[in-house]
Amino acid sequence: MSLRLLPVFVRALVRSLPTVVIIVVFNFFLLNMAPGDAADVLAAESGAATAETMAATRARLGLDLPLLDQFLNYVSGLAHLDLGFSAKFGVPVLEVILGRLPNTLLLMVTALVFALLVGIGAGFLMALRAGSLLDRAISVIALFFYSIPSFWGALMLIVIFSVQLGWLPSSGYQTIGFEGSGLELALDMARYLVLPALSLSLFFIAIYARLTRASMLEVYGQDYVRTAVAKGLPPGRIALRHVLRNALVPVTTVAGIHFGILLGGAIVTETVFAWPGLGSLALQAVLARDFAVLLGILLLSSVLVIVINIATDLLHAWLDPRVEVS
Amino acid sequence: MVLRMPGLSRRAFGAFGAVAGSGLLLPRTLRAQEEPVRGGTLRFLVDPEPTGLVPLSDTTGANVMLSCKITEGLYGYNLDFSLRPQLAVSHTVTPDGKELTFKLREGVKWHDGQPFTSADVAFSLMTLKASHPRGRATYANLEEVQTPDEHTVVLKMKAPAPYLLNALAGQESPIVPKHIYDGSDVTTNPHNHAPIGTGPFKFKEWQRGSHMIFERNEDYWDAGKPYLDRIIVRFIPDAAARSIAFETGEVDVGGDYPIPYSDLERLSQIPTLGIETRGYGYGPNISAIEFNLDNPYFAKPEVRQAVAHAVNKEILLQNVYYGFGEVATGPIHQAHTQFYTPDVHQYAFDPERANQLLDQAGLPRNDEGIRFAVSHDPLPIGNQHIQSGEYIRQALAQVGIQVTLRNQDMATYIKRVYADRDFDFVNNTMTNSPDPTLGVQRFYWSKNFKPGVPFSNGSHYENAEVDRLLEAAQVEQDPARRVQLFHDFQKIVAVDIPTLNTIAIQTFTIHSVNLKNHTLTADGIHANLAEAYLVS
Repeated sequence: MSLRLLPVFVRALVRSLPTVVIIVVFNFFLLNMAPGDAADVLAAESGAATAETMAATRARLGLDLPLLDQFLNYVSGLAHLDLGFSAKFGVPVLEVILGRLPNTLLLMVTALVFALLVGIGAGFLMALRAGSLLDRAISVIALFFYSIPSFWGALMLIVIFSVQLGWLPSSGYQTIGFEGSGLELALDMARYLVLPALSLSLFFIAIYARLTRASMLEVYGQDYVRTAVAKGLPPGRIALRHVLRNALVPVTTVAGIHFGILLGGAIVTETVFAWPGLGSLALQAVLARDFAVLLGILLLSSVLVIVINIATDLLHAWLDPRVEVS
Repeated sequence: MVLRMPGLSRRAFGAFGAVAGSGLLLPRTLRAQEEPVRGGTLRFLVDPEPTGLVPLSDTTGANVMLSCKITEGLYGYNLDFSLRPQLAVSHTVTPDGKELTFKLREGVKWHDGQPFTSADVAFSLMTLKASHPRGRATYANLEEVQTPDEHTVVLKMKAPAPYLLNALAGQESPIVPKHIYDGSDVTTNPHNHAPIGTGPFKFKEWQRGSHMIFERNEDYWDAGKPYLDRIIVRFIPDAAARSIAFETGEVDVGGDYPIPYSDLERLSQIPTLGIETRGYGYGPNISAIEFNLDNPYFAKPEVRQAVAHAVNKEILLQNVYYGFGEVATGPIHQAHTQFYTPDVHQYAFDPERANQLLDQAGLPRNDEGIRFAVSHDPLPIGNQHIQSGEYIRQALAQVGIQVTLRNQDMATYIKRVYADRDFDFVNNTMTNSPDPTLGVQRFYWSKNFKPGVPFSNGSHYENAEVDRLLEAAQVEQDPARRVQLFHDFQKIVAVDIPTLNTIAIQTFTIHSVNLKNHTLTADGIHANLAEAYLVS
């Protein structure tokens, strides 16, 4: 199978290159249309400035150059894998981003896996008992998860689990200065991970539950399922092997697309939970007009999304051998 | 203003502060509970995450809030603004004010083990003059710093600078190691993010987006201090989450109104939390409506005076600032007791009078009752400016001025007001800084009308007499005459009102009641926290 998929993988990568180039060009000029620059914000946050200090800041950051020169500088930097220098943090952008990337991936992957497990599980139950009270009850809960604004959901989780029950910490990603390692450290981090991951996954749980339900009910109407029933297979085996497996194709398609949306949702979740990831970094960067950091994040996330989409295609081919992978 | 301060006795607090501040051993007669406790980790909340930790060229709020734990200044300032020796132990000024001699503390070491000497002070002051956003003004008259010996510095001035002695706190004039900074670009030196200072705490780590850790300096010059083992600094970007972190006890202290005013009532009910309003005299904030005098309407003094009569400052104070502050009467904050005068022209809330003034200005109401329409831009920090803007819109509608509110983010606001000058009037908050020459003059001095520079003379106010008074106060050696110059200045500005000062804001610190001695100086938790301790 791997032989069959390898050329597909390479072709998809090559096909995505122009997309990355367009993203770089588009982001750079779009961001620079926003009024004000990093020197304005730094001076404003300082509460005082002189014309000389502002000019010095602009010169240091290369903001005094014509826009086209700034762009050429940026692109030539990119060619050397240099993402530029952060005005806000005073260190290279790559260092800032790489410091945050693992946290964001941990949060997103946990949230996505959790959403898939719970969502598919709930959808499976709903499809098996379609029209029953259970189906309707889960449906209502899913609708609730779907419609609450994420920042509100996050705050409500904090109010319940941190303030009222006192079970879980309200913000951060680990006990600062924690001395343990291995399992101890993993358990400590897990306590901090529960609420943000849960809050980020609620919306997606709702989507996957509805999608799995609809998709399974559609598959149940197919001829081969009737055949399976006719030849006397047990209902559980039909539901799992014949229905669910085929019903998963649309769910995985959507989940692949959701990876990008998840990254967007992480901005809100990470900000509320003070989770040091790319999402909260993106917000800080916008407010500080730290375009070097923001461009770096956008570039990295677009690459991430492209890679995930390719991986989703490959997953399809595995789930359903009939899918053409050319 | 009445504030509940659970678990905190001002009297006992002050008594201990005075003893500890003099550097004497504690008398054994003090009650046991006032005995400082060694050890413990303080969890300190700041927002936003700082951009650096040494306010040499970058004086953003969080940077200034944290730096003194590591990097000290020549002097601290007690709550009554009297000097508190830090790296300098004493000083003399010649009668003509052109020579200041400082005796430095001996036996002080930088965190990397190098000795602290007069060369470090000379280097730091000249660097501040060249690179600090306010230092350029503070040290404008400083010509040369001489170092006759390792523990003496002599400041040679072109002209007297009486305000300079107010600007020597570590947060305003940090003293940095020459051997680390010499020959490098001070704005990009990597030690701005991993500072080496002389202070009670050493920098240990900065996990971007999450936290910083400062460790106790075992070799601190003030033996036995600091009492705390460690400070953990947390960054929590969401305002509601910050309130919750105080509520659940995940952080111990935060300053510069770390939570929205609207959450204060709820948090003040929590017995484990205290609210401290002292410790903000060093840089008090005034909220103000700033007019663009290039606007044809606001160019008329009658129109500005009408606005002053139409806006009820008491409503702003009670509803936007939840009573945290006083109604401002002029450009100088009440907290600057030496310079403030209430004896200036006052504008009572009187919409009738406002209507008369607008009629006199030749701006009658049209068929829809509108005299003219303008836009208003609130400063995009916190929500208090937006709320103020909403009230101002309502209040001015009563006298026939139609106001459109425009909201934007900080970068857009700064560009609009100071670079493009595409605004009619704004409401913002102005920091008074330790001395009016440094913090107030910049808004009213015609020579500081500098488009493109944030928080300069944004109203484009020009008054020759005001310029004369401000320039005289820059060099006036006699304290009483200097105060008189500022009083005269306040009187003129109160009549001209290029800026209508609305609220003298009372900023606050929220702290765990277990944290003691956090506010001993005029800059409160901005100071070095060498004497702060935690009880359990």
